[in-house]
Amino acid sequence: MEVITTDIAIVGAGGAGLRAAIAVAEAAPDLKVALISKVYPMRSHTVAAEGGAAGVIKSEDSLENHFHDTVSGGDWLCDQDAVELFIEQAPKELIQLEHWGCPWSREADGRVAVRPFGGMKIERTWYAADKSGFHILHTLFQTSLQFPTIDRFDEYYCTDLLVEGGRCQGLTAMEMRTGRIKVFRAKAVIIAAGGAGWMFPFTTNGAVKTADGMAMAYRAGVPLKDMEFVQYHPTGLPGTGILLTEGCRGEGGILVNKDGYRYLQDYNLGPPDPWPRKKAMELGPRDRLSQAFWHEQQKGRTVSTKWGDVVHLDLRHLGEKKIDERLPLVRDLARSYVGADPVHELVPVRPVVHYMMGGIDTNIDAATAMPGLYAAGECACVSINGANRLGSNSLTELLVFGGRAGRHAAEYARKTTHLTESLADQLGEMAAQRVTELFHKEDQGESLSVLRGEMNKTLESGAGIYRTEDTLQETCKKLAELRARYRCLHLDDKSKVFNTQLVYTMELGSMLEAAHAMAHSALQRKESRGSHQRLDYTERDDDNFLKHSLAYYAAEEDPRIDYQDVVITRSQPAARVYGGAES
Amino acid sequence: MSHRTIDLEVMRYRPEQDDEPWVQTYKVPCEEDWVVLDALIYVKDNLDGSLSYRWSCHMAVCGSCGMMINGEPALSCKTFIRDLPGDVIRVEPLTNFPIERDLVVVMDDFIEKLQRVKPYIIRDESKPISEGEHRQTPAQLKKFKQYTLCINCLCCYAACPQYALIPEFIGPAALTLAHRYNQDSRDQGWEEREDVVATNEGIWDCAFADACSIVCPKHVDPASAIQQMKISSTLSWYKNLIGLGGKKR
Ligand SMILES: Cc1cc2nc3c(=O)[nH]c(=O)nc-3n(C[C@H](O)[C@H](O)[C@H](O)COP(=O)(O)OP(=O)(O)OC[C@H]3O[C@@H](n4cnc5c(N)ncnc54)[C@H](O)[C@@H]3O)c2cc1C
Repeated sequence: MEVITTDIAIVGAGGAGLRAAIAVAEAAPDLKVALISKVYPMRSHTVAAEGGAAGVIKSEDSLENHFHDTVSGGDWLCDQDAVELFIEQAPKELIQLEHWGCPWSREADGRVAVRPFGGMKIERTWYAADKSGFHILHTLFQTSLQFPTIDRFDEYYCTDLLVEGGRCQGLTAMEMRTGRIKVFRAKAVIIAAGGAGWMFPFTTNGAVKTADGMAMAYRAGVPLKDMEFVQYHPTGLPGTGILLTEGCRGEGGILVNKDGYRYLQDYNLGPPDPWPRKKAMELGPRDRLSQAFWHEQQKGRTVSTKWGDVVHLDLRHLGEKKIDERLPLVRDLARSYVGADPVHELVPVRPVVHYMMGGIDTNIDAATAMPGLYAAGECACVSINGANRLGSNSLTELLVFGGRAGRHAAEYARKTTHLTESLADQLGEMAAQRVTELFHKEDQGESLSVLRGEMNKTLESGAGIYRTEDTLQETCKKLAELRARYRCLHLDDKSKVFNTQLVYTMELGSMLEAAHAMAHSALQRKESRGSHQRLDYTERDDDNFLKHSLAYYAAEEDPRIDYQDVVITRSQPAARVYGGAES
Repeated sequence: MSHRTIDLEVMRYRPEQDDEPWVQTYKVPCEEDWVVLDALIYVKDNLDGSLSYRWSCHMAVCGSCGMMINGEPALSCKTFIRDLPGDVIRVEPLTNFPIERDLVVVMDDFIEKLQRVKPYIIRDESKPISEGEHRQTPAQLKKFKQYTLCINCLCCYAACPQYALIPEFIGPAALTLAHRYNQDSRDQGWEEREDVVATNEGIWDCAFADACSIVCPKHVDPASAIQQMKISSTLSWYKNLIGLGGKKR
């Protein structure tokens, strides 16, 4: 087996992985980095982010404001020490990106411009029109090209971590071009493999967001934290799930039901006027807006279309000039994919699975409990997002914690040694077996697309916007069944070169593990908080659940769920208020 | 929803089995608002799990799914079936690139060229973070903004007659990116890039066929970027010749 020796192996070359790689290259030019990604870096899903990245830069704003918006937005499940560090580092990271050439939108005097975002008291979201993630990703990728110590392994699919003596010492990955499995021997590993939206049937996430990183860590014994918190974004295009950024509402767009009524005023987010107004109505937090849609649907006040029930996003009053300048992509997407030009027409939208608040448990140095293993980005849970992420905090999180992961991993790598080559080879062979077995199984009649479809369906019906004991029990049961059936899955493509059926199969395996952790974490959280809403436990319960959940892998068994206290520094849990009650 | 059944003709090539590419036809019942990528996904999920193609975002921004559709390079996620005539659609891998498998091409050449043009900010002295952002007016931003929009989908390379003839040609997307940084008010790397791009493999190889700009799904207009580079390169050459000193910054 080919053994590749590096100092730091990074799984994933999206925003978090690239930021980590550059941090290592800058802080420790003597260390080698292997940046491994199942797609070319610029295909990573950071590319799809539209709205922008939050960071305090304007004199009217303050770190205090950003702190409180984030903590209350997260329904007090955020670790406040992590949030403090995050908001303080945020502007520095965004300026750094500016220095690297990110084409941020500007004010007339040449300073960077900011826009309002949901749940934020004041405008603080840096943006590059409505292609912010695209520009951030390309800026990071292009910047990374100048560092000779970063070795890229594009289109390599990572399969397993190598753990020896309780330490993470490398990983195995399949080179997709040849189908060959190789061992990466590394002193430290950083997982930056992104989210898991593809578990659900209707999502803004690209097909690459399949929980691989989470599953790798989980299977190796590192817990997944707060997995029950899944963000629905209120404005996805029906049919495809393509996102229309919150920037639409930041710029003044409104949401109306089938009667043309701004229904959010019925859900403690009003009064509707004056508009636009921060932290009110359409600029409330995402969890509340998505829940309001659900209630409107129950009341029969949504609009039924060939794609199912929707409400309408109205941008017409912004006018063509503003729409073309600030939201050009939104206009293009709405016209192309639902045939509605926002300059002249209402655009149909509905809630759509968007983001995982939960992920690999890390501390504020991006380190996991396993020495040598770090994680950052959407696959990780620090946690700054708590029970509901505020829009535009995630892109900033990639930078802040991606950078930290890189620097801390470098520091750790300096103090440690490599696994011997023969041991690496041995461990690699063992890991490779899991893949080879998938390949050589007899046909037992299970098909990939059928299993994936059933997983999608059970997560939507059981672990969607509103949950109950019964629906969650049902979903847990179904997932146990699917995990068993997964073992009977048959591959009919036995070729080695760019075998996407094999990759999709491994991805499905990852998603089933993460889904299992999610459903059980949700079942055991008997309260409603942020994005986790239970019809049978409708209130937040700080006495019992002001805690992070930790799901531990237990092979064939159901995961073991444990809890960890939330770190509170200066904001005691209080009621979350938006709309008129806020000011 | 109304269906329309099409014959999807897909070029197949599996190097372990096939001596050369061949065409396989699938009957696909398409929904009215499907794009070509949806038809490929239908095939993969329901008819033939062995078909390989790249894709991810399904919203025309990740750049993975460029391929030849009825002979033209295009993004399969942004090409609507309703806009294509007849009941036969032909998809093939991007031309001018070696085929890795089925619709997947080998893109090593492009990645190497991208790196070669030094697509990052180069400055004599970097500004400390504590000094905040560079000022850049909307007018300064506008000078290069369009050239930042390339998604690296490679449609322009498949369309480029020069690249077909001369594989060493750096090509539209990479040259445009060099121009993007040259035009950025924060950058001082023009000279370094000039050594790479003002060469026979670089801008002087472009015959201004404009094919790149016509097929670009993001309207980046690489042809105009290359034209502008030729002009500024020529100007600086003349300036040097008549002794007006240093190269343009
Ligand atoms: C449509 C959309 C719009 C958004 N808009 C905003 C916004 O405006 N503001 C904001 O703050 N946030 C936004 N978000 C959220 C934010 O963009 C994401 O959370 C963030 O980009 C995730 O970055 P990442 O680096 O963690 O992961 P990604 O960018 O998804 O990268 C993951 C990387 O891991 C690699 N990988 C995964 N599995 C493997 C494997 N097995 N082997 C090898 N490599 C692997 C992939 O190839 C990829 O390189 C948006 C999200 C979406 C979907």
